Amino acid sequence: MILDPGADDRLDRAFMALADPVRRGIVARLSRGSATVNELAEPFQITKQAVSKHIQVLEAAGLVTRTRDAQRRPVHLAPAQLEALTAWIDRYRLIHEQRFRSLDALLATDRDDDPAAASAPTGPEAGRARKAQES
Amino acid sequence: MTTTTNPVTITAPEGLPFIDIVREFDAPVSAVFEAHRDPELVKRWLGPNGYDMQVERWDFVSQGGYRYVHVDPAGEAYGFNGTFHTVRENEFAIQTFEFEGFPDVVAIESMAFEDLGDGRTRLRIHSTYPSVESRDGMVASNMEQGLTEGYQRLDGLLG
Repeated sequence: MILDPGADDRLDRAFMALADPVRRGIVARLSRGSATVNELAEPFQITKQAVSKHIQVLEAAGLVTRTRDAQRRPVHLAPAQLEALTAWIDRYRLIHEQRFRSLDALLATDRDDDPAAASAPTGPEAGRARKAQES
Repeated sequence: MTTTTNPVTITAPEGLPFIDIVREFDAPVSAVFEAHRDPELVKRWLGPNGYDMQVERWDFVSQGGYRYVHVDPAGEAYGFNGTFHTVRENEFAIQTFEFEGFPDVVAIESMAFEDLGDGRTRLRIHSTYPSVESRDGMVASNMEQGLTEGYQRLDGLLG
């Protein structure tokens, strides 16, 4: 068993980040694909500045990432972190996400013709789960 | 690991017994189809994390059929079975789907494998349930499973 002293802190931050309905709404929206702040602000009756602050909280909790794409700065879900911590959000969708990501890994393996990577984990928890299965 | 994935779109319209799932893959249609046809490949992606998938029968051909069992890490087994009504290579399939823990509630699923060119594929799944209640029950039971898995992962994190 690997002791990770940061795990508790990350868990606290993630759960605090998700203790807010607007932030849960943002996460649910991002589970369908990346979006800009403007797009994320649309369904909410709050300012773009307020939405930006919510995104900062999610970013600090490791639940979302942002990239620069010309003038856009799209927000992306960090699926591994989200699945590890919050499988209770949007669960049905996450089950399918997980299944399709396993299929992605398998298809990538066949293309690379590298059987060793066949069961490539999609995150640290996937590896842990597989180990449990093998033992 | 990859942090970007193709998004999955799931639509479960209120008051109608359907579920629509659309997902694209960065692989040619023949590879996506083969991952559904070959039981050894199916085993590698169909089960939830940490579950063992035991395939008793898997004939992915028209008028074929299947039965498999998912065994969770605690040894609990969940059986599923159905028939493959129509299978057209690299193109289309219709199957029935029954969770044996919920007998006699059988969904009919069509799967369209669409060649997008450039080695990409779109998979469209349309599931029809006997009633809105059974459709919602299906979503709820998957949610239950997701919850259990979530707690298991949480246990791992807290390890």
